[in-house]
Amino acid sequence: MTSEFGRNPQLNRNGELHHLLSLEGLPRAIIERILATADGFINIAEREVKNVPLLRGRSVFNLFFEHSTRTRTTFEIAARRLSADVFNLDIMRSSTAKGESLLDTINNLTAMQAEMFVVRHATGGAPHLIARHVAPHVHVINAGDGRHAHPTQGLLDMYTIRHYKTDFSQLTVAIVGDVLHSRVARSQIHALTTLGVPEVRVIAPKTLLPTGIERLGVRVFNDMREGLRGVDVVMMLRLQNERMQGALLPSTQEYFKSYGLTPEKLSLAKPDAIVMHPGPMNRGVEIDSAVADGGQAVILPQVTFGIAVRMAVMAMLAGN
Amino acid sequence: MIELDAEAVYRSLAARLREEVIGRDVRLVGVHTGGVWLAQRLKADLKVPHEVGILDISFYRDDFSRSGLNPSVKPSSIAFDVEGADIVLVDDVLYTGRTVRAAMNELFDYGRPARIDLAVLIDRGGRELPIAPTAVGRRIEVPEEISVVLSRDDDGRLHLTLEQRRDI
Repeated sequence: MTSEFGRNPQLNRNGELHHLLSLEGLPRAIIERILATADGFINIAEREVKNVPLLRGRSVFNLFFEHSTRTRTTFEIAARRLSADVFNLDIMRSSTAKGESLLDTINNLTAMQAEMFVVRHATGGAPHLIARHVAPHVHVINAGDGRHAHPTQGLLDMYTIRHYKTDFSQLTVAIVGDVLHSRVARSQIHALTTLGVPEVRVIAPKTLLPTGIERLGVRVFNDMREGLRGVDVVMMLRLQNERMQGALLPSTQEYFKSYGLTPEKLSLAKPDAIVMHPGPMNRGVEIDSAVADGGQAVILPQVTFGIAVRMAVMAMLAGN
Repeated sequence: MIELDAEAVYRSLAARLREEVIGRDVRLVGVHTGGVWLAQRLKADLKVPHEVGILDISFYRDDFSRSGLNPSVKPSSIAFDVEGADIVLVDDVLYTGRTVRAAMNELFDYGRPARIDLAVLIDRGGRELPIAPTAVGRRIEVPEEISVVLSRDDDGRLHLTLEQRRDI
């Protein structure tokens, strides 16, 4: 993605990461460096003192214009482990409710010496807008914007795959479920193709697929059994109930029958296939408990890796 | 480019450290990368039974805000309990003392050691912090624009060279 200046708005003049807004168009070398940097943060959680002093004295503001417990908490843990001062702003209940514009909010927070914003917003593009208007020393991390992108989720998913599978160039990966409403799916697809995964499949009913998804370089399957055959990685998506408008689906029971991941459907994938889910899971809707709690699920390691990956992103941004 | 006899300097360091650690149950901790090579040699030569600890001090550097994150950061790994341990920190070149300070800060985040000694192959002076080594292979004086570089060839032999610094 290029801005009106003709360059990727996430990168500074030296081509280094300055904001993390989207995985689309992010060079492979930068993604690989984030994953390698995260390796260094993994062991820290096992030490007596879990913090390192990299961001000591720096202020990180979590700006959540949309509800999220897990993502906000993992960003907060990541920032604290880097010794940053963390401020959580529940914007829904504060200034915007009083009519302040997004950029006025940002200007006020910058005047309070904020150096990094972690932004979750219901509108796609809001973090980009903020990134374009902040002072040059301020960094913006997109923690999920509308249906657009959730880059740190995409990165932690890549970290998880790399941990269990090592070589991206040999993999077949299936993304299953509500692709239409999913910013996670978009970030995953961009990351997987950038890292050289030869076959990325999306499996969903036609009503939950955006038109033209094939242009992102994926193979589309409407039949889950067919799509799961021989895959190395199954990435489940949450059925976004709260985003459902109108009758895209007959019922959740019906959905589970066709697109819920059961042990029987999983048996069509490779025997050593791993099962991922960005959480929170709807058990009995998109995933059977026997799979979610089974030996192939790596859903809880995803959460743990997510902290190290977010530490890596914050440390790299703050140092560039 | 001037080359020093690194193997001779190493033998001198090993001899000095051997005297220092007589009767002690020490753990060796090398600072990534050169310090780790030296710590592994010292473990074999001084017959230290414990696994060598590895520190990458990238997350503890005090120049982070100026120079950013080291792109080749490697995970630290210390397999023993630092709490109450008798530790010998090993590094290749001692200069300003900032690396040693960062390494000690990181060690303390693993626990409270009973004692920390410092073994370095080369002490080139120029300290900016009150840090003194316990065992030194060789003290040399070199101008600021020269850096002292330790390398290791495929046979495990050490090499020390004096090179023009590229960053100033």
